Amino acid sequence: MVDLLSPTFLTAVLAAGIVAGIPLLFASLGETLAEQAGVLNVGLEGMMISGAFVAFVTALAVGDYWIGLLAGGIAGAVVSLVMVVFCIRLGLDQIVVGIALVLTAEGATSVLHDIWYSRSYPRLPNVEPFRIPLLSEIPVLGGSLFSQPLVVYVALAGVAFAAWAIRRTRWGLELRAAGERPDSLDAAGVSVVRTRTVAELMCGFLAGVGGGYLALVGAGTFVPFVTHGAGFIAIVIAMLARGRPWWCVLGGLLFGISLSITTALQVAGIAIPVDFVEMLPFISVLVVLVLFVRESRLPSALGLPYLRGSR
Amino acid sequence: MTGSNDRIGSSTVGVSTPAVELSGITKAFPGVIANDRISLRALRGEVLCLLGENGAGKSTLMSILSGLYQPDAGSIRIDGREVRIGSPRDGRELGIGMVYQHLSLIPTLTVLENLMLGSNPGIVLDEVRARARLGDLAARLGVHVDADVRVGALSLGQQQHVEIIKALWKDSTVLILDEPTSMLTPQGIEELQKVLLGLKASGLAIIFITHKLHEAIAIGDRVVALRQGRVVGELGPEVLRTGTPHEIQGRIVEVMFGEDPTRGPQIAELREDLAAERSDARTRLEGSPEILRLDGVAAPGARGQHGIEGATFVVREGEVLGVAGVDGNGQRALAEAIAGQRRSSVGTIHLGGEEVTNLSVGARQRLGLRYVTDDRLHEGVVGRYAVGLNFVLKRIGDEPFWRKGTIDRKAIETTARSLITEFDVRTPSPATPIGKLSGGNIQKALLARELSFDPRVVVFHKPTHGLDVKTIAAVRDRIRALAARGVGVIVISTDLDELIDLSDRVAVLFAGRIVGVVENGPQAATRIGELLVGGEAAA
Amino acid sequence: MSEAAGRTAVNPRRADGLIGRIGLALGPILLAFLTTAVLLAILGRDPVAFYRDILLAGVLRPSGLQDSITRMAPVLLVGAGLIVSFRASLWNLGADGQYLLAVAFVAGVGSRVIGDLPPVLGWVVLAVAAMLIAGAWTFVPALLKARYGLNEIVTTLMMSFIGIAIANVLIKGPLKGDEMVPQTFVYPEGTMLWDLPGTTIHVGVVAALVVVVLVHLVLTRTSLGTRLDVLGANPRAAVHMGIDVPRLIVVAFFLSGALIGLAAASDIMGIFGYVRADWDPGYGLKVVPLVFLAGLNVIAFIPIAAFFGVLSIGGDYATRKADLPSDFILVFIGLLFLFMIVTQYVSARRARGEPVLPAWFRRTLPARDATEGDGG
Repeated sequence: MVDLLSPTFLTAVLAAGIVAGIPLLFASLGETLAEQAGVLNVGLEGMMISGAFVAFVTALAVGDYWIGLLAGGIAGAVVSLVMVVFCIRLGLDQIVVGIALVLTAEGATSVLHDIWYSRSYPRLPNVEPFRIPLLSEIPVLGGSLFSQPLVVYVALAGVAFAAWAIRRTRWGLELRAAGERPDSLDAAGVSVVRTRTVAELMCGFLAGVGGGYLALVGAGTFVPFVTHGAGFIAIVIAMLARGRPWWCVLGGLLFGISLSITTALQVAGIAIPVDFVEMLPFISVLVVLVLFVRESRLPSALGLPYLRGSR
Repeated sequence: MTGSNDRIGSSTVGVSTPAVELSGITKAFPGVIANDRISLRALRGEVLCLLGENGAGKSTLMSILSGLYQPDAGSIRIDGREVRIGSPRDGRELGIGMVYQHLSLIPTLTVLENLMLGSNPGIVLDEVRARARLGDLAARLGVHVDADVRVGALSLGQQQHVEIIKALWKDSTVLILDEPTSMLTPQGIEELQKVLLGLKASGLAIIFITHKLHEAIAIGDRVVALRQGRVVGELGPEVLRTGTPHEIQGRIVEVMFGEDPTRGPQIAELREDLAAERSDARTRLEGSPEILRLDGVAAPGARGQHGIEGATFVVREGEVLGVAGVDGNGQRALAEAIAGQRRSSVGTIHLGGEEVTNLSVGARQRLGLRYVTDDRLHEGVVGRYAVGLNFVLKRIGDEPFWRKGTIDRKAIETTARSLITEFDVRTPSPATPIGKLSGGNIQKALLARELSFDPRVVVFHKPTHGLDVKTIAAVRDRIRALAARGVGVIVISTDLDELIDLSDRVAVLFAGRIVGVVENGPQAATRIGELLVGGEAAA
Repeated sequence: MSEAAGRTAVNPRRADGLIGRIGLALGPILLAFLTTAVLLAILGRDPVAFYRDILLAGVLRPSGLQDSITRMAPVLLVGAGLIVSFRASLWNLGADGQYLLAVAFVAGVGSRVIGDLPPVLGWVVLAVAAMLIAGAWTFVPALLKARYGLNEIVTTLMMSFIGIAIANVLIKGPLKGDEMVPQTFVYPEGTMLWDLPGTTIHVGVVAALVVVVLVHLVLTRTSLGTRLDVLGANPRAAVHMGIDVPRLIVVAFFLSGALIGLAAASDIMGIFGYVRADWDPGYGLKVVPLVFLAGLNVIAFIPIAAFFGVLSIGGDYATRKADLPSDFILVFIGLLFLFMIVTQYVSARRARGEPVLPAWFRRTLPARDATEGDGG
C-alpha cells in the first residue's frame, strides 16, 4: 500500500490530472468562443475525434507531435465547416446537425482506423515534458504543474490570450454581440455570419487540437471512440464557464483529476472497477452542474440561426 | 410635394442645398408597394417629421435611406450629390445616423462597449478615444451618460441618449429617429425637443418618424404625411408655427385624409366623444363590486427584466385599469403573476373574493381569468396548428372538445366556425395554420379564445402593439364593450395614448413597483409623466 | 443554462401529401447510398457487391429476412420512445444508458428468476420492470429540466455514460453468472419468448408493433398527445395554455425511457437470453436520424425501422465480407442524417415559394421578406 499523501503520489495525481484535463481545456475553450457567438456545438465530440485521428496519423507519418497537433486542429476546423455551412449560413438546426457530425466522425475514424491500423496497432513515443527551470524543483507542484509537455503551457497562454481578447478586442466585442443580439451587430454594420464563422472555425480548430492531444500525449495511440464523451463534457464546462476562459481551466482540471485520482488509487492497490473510473468524470461534471445550476447563463441568441429579414 | 421648386437643380453645397433629397423612391415587396414614388427633402438645421399610420411606408423609406434595403427606383442625393447606399455601413460613411424603432443597444454590454461596437478602428478596443468621443457628444446633447454602466441598467430616456450618441458617432449630417418610443410622456417629448434643438443648432438635419399627430406638431419644423406608400401632403414651418395646436391638428388631418372626413375619427386622439363616455363610466363604477385584488404581490423577473414587488391594487367589475410604464419595468412579471404563469413569492391574489394565489394557470382560467399575451406568435398561439385547434388550446382534455381523453375534431370545428364569424377573423378556413394569418387576425383569434367562455377578468398586455389602424380600433372597441358588460379589465401598455383612451384609472409601473395610480382625466398624461420621471429620479 | 432562448422546434416541417413525404424520406436514403458507394470505391471495395450482399443477407435469404424482421423490434420501440420525447422538443439522447440498465436487469436478474415464474406472467413482470428501470433513469435529467430548465441534451448524455458504466459494473459483479467471462446467466431452456410458428421471429416483434400503434394513437388522438405537441412547439405557449409543464416533462421523459426499456426486454427475452459486459448496440444516436426521417410520425417510422433492420443485418454480413468494421454503418447513417436535413431544408424553402438557394448565395438580388416597421 502506497502512502496516499506522499509527495510522489500527489505529484503523480496532479500530473496525470493535467494530462487528462488538457483536451477538455482546449475543447471547452473552443466551445466557449462558439457559444459566445451564439453557436451550440453538439458536434464537438465529432470534431475532437476527427482531430485525434488526423493528429495521430500525421504524427505517425511525420514523427513530430507539433505538426500532428496542427493537423488535428485543421481536421477539427474542417469538420466545423459543416456547422458553418449548414447552421450559420443556411440556418439549420444546430442540434440535429451536431448529432449527425458525431455519428459520421465516429464512424469514419473507426472505419479508417480499422483499415489502416487494426493489425499493427502502432504507438507513438512518449512526449518529453518541458521542465521549467527552478519552478520544477518545487515539491509536489514542481513535478506536476511545471514539468509538463510544452503544449500545456501553450494552452495556458492561449487561455490568457482568449480571456484578454474576449474583453478587450474588437473581435471579442463582436463575438459577444453576435451571441447576445445578432440583429444589433448587423445594424452596427458587422457581419453576423462572418463573426460566427470565425468563432466556429476556431472552435473546431481548438477541439481538433484537444482531440489530437488526447491521442498523442494522453493515450499515445488512437483507438476508435477514444474521446469517450469528452466532447460532451467540454460542452458542459463551457456552459458553466459562461464566456470566462479561466473557468475552462478549472473545469478541465476537475475532470482530469477525477480521472487521475481513481487511476492512482488503482495503482496504489485499491481495487476500483474500470467502469467506475470511466463513470466518475460524468458524475463529477453532473454534480457541479447541479450545484451551479442557478449560476449558468447562456447568451440570449445561443442556438438560434440568424438570417437577416426573418424574425 | 409643394413649394421650394426653385431650389431643385442647385448644385452648389450651401445652406439651401438639402442635406438629403429623395426623388421618386419606389420599393415593392411581394403583394404590397411600400413606397410609391416618394420625393422629399430634409434641410440642415431643421426637424423633418414623417407622419403616417403603421404600414404607410415610413420605416421602409428610412431603411432605404440607411442602406438596409435598396430601392427599386428613384434616386438619393446627399448634400446635392447623388449616392448609392448599398449597406448600413455605406449609410454611416455618408453621414446618416439612424436610431431604430426597436432599441438596437445590447443590454448585457456597457455603454462604452455598445458605442465601440462596429466603430472601433483597430483590433484592440480604444477605450480612451471612445470615452473622449462619448464625452464630446454627451456635452453636445446636454446630457450626462455613465460610460461603464451596462445598458440594461439605464432608463429608457438614457438609453435613447446613448442611441442618439451612437447614431452621431461618425460625424453624421443626418439623424433619423424611427418612432423612438411610444412611451414618450409630455415631459419626455419636452426633453427630446431640447436635445434636438441643440443638434439642429449645430447644423444637423433631423428626420423624425412618428404616427402620432401631437408628437409631429411638437417636434417637427416641417411635416410630411405619408399614406399607403405615398406622400399625401406637406406642411411647412409657416403653418406649424402659426395658430393653436388644435388648428394645426385640423390642418394635418385635412392634408392626410383630404375630403374623406370619416377616416379622421379612426385616430383615437381625435375622438372627443370618448371623454364624455368615460365620465359616464365613472358614475357607473361607483359601488361596483371588486373582482380582482392584489395585495403586496411580488414575483421574480426573467432575463434581465424587472420582477414586481409589493403590487397592490383593486379592479372593479366593469372597470378598465391601465398600467403604464416603460418596457421591461415589470409588465411581464405582473401579467404573468396574475395569470398564474409566474408564481408570486409574496402576497395574495383574490379573484371575486376567492383566493387564487396558489392556483395553477389552468385553475385560474376555469375561474374566469383570462390573459391576452403580448407575444402573440410565440406564446399566444402555436403557429403551425390550425386556427380551430388554437381556439381550444387552453381547454385541452375538456368536454366537449375531448371526449374521454380523445379529441373530437367535429366539435372543435363547429365552435371554431362560430368564433371566426363572431370575431371577424379573416382566415381561409378553420384548418388553416394560424401562423399564416396576419398579425391583426391572429390578435382577433386570440381575443376570440380569451373573450368567449365567460371571462370575469381579462388582462391585456400591449393589445394593439404592431397592428394596423382598423384592427386597433376594433380591438379597443372590444375592450370597451367587455368593460361595459361588467368584466374587470387590465390593460398593460407602453402606449400612453392608448391608456388615456381606454382606462378609467392608470397605474404607473416603475422598476417593478407601482409608483402611483392616476384617475383618468384632462391632466392624466402629464401626471403619469411626472410619476414616470419621479420614479426614474427615485431609482 | 436556463433554456437556450426560444429553442427552435424539433419537429421538421412536414411536406404535404403522402408522395411528398415518401420523397422526403427516400431522397436522402438514395443520396446516402450514392455517397457511401463513392466512399466504398475510394476504399477499394466494390459498391455493387457491397449492396448486393446487404440485400442478400438482409432480405433474400429466408433466415436473413427473419433476422431483419426480428431486429425491427428494438428499433421500433427505441424509435417510439425517442418520438415521444422529441415531439415535446425534449432531447432524450440518453437511450443507450436507459437501454443497457434495463438489459442488465432483464438478463442478470431475469435469467435467475424466470424459471420460477409462470411463463407468460414472468415475461410481463420482467418487461414492466425493465420499463420502470429505464424510465426511472430519465428522472434526473427530467427533474433538472422541469425544475431549473437545465439543458437536457447534456444531462441525458451524462446519465447515459453513467448508466452504461453501472450496467457493466453490475454485469461484471453482482449479476455475473458462473462462467469465466464477464456475462450473466443464460435464460434456461424454454423460458425465452415463443417464436411465431415456423419462423425464428419471436412474439416480441408482434408486441412491439402493437405497442407502436398504441403509441401512435396516444400521440395523435389523446389530450396527452396534444399537450406534448404544444410543449414541443413552444414551452412558453404550453405554460400560457395552462399545461402543467414540469409534470409533463417528467411524464414524457418517463414514457420515452419506458419504451426504450421495453426494447431491452424484447431483445434479451426474445433473442439473446443473456448479456456480456461491454456489449452496446448503440441504438440511441443511430435511431435519432431515423425518427426524423419519419417526420416524428410513429406509423411512418415502421417502414423505416424495417429498412434499418435490413441495413443492420445485411450490413453486418456485407461489412464482414468487405473486411470493414461494422461501424461503417455509422458513416452511412450520419450521411443519411445530413442529407435528410438538407432535403427538408430545400423542400421547406420550395414549399414557401422561396428560391432554393439562400440569400448569401444570391447577393446581387435585393433583399426580400421585408415588411413595414421592420427596423432590421
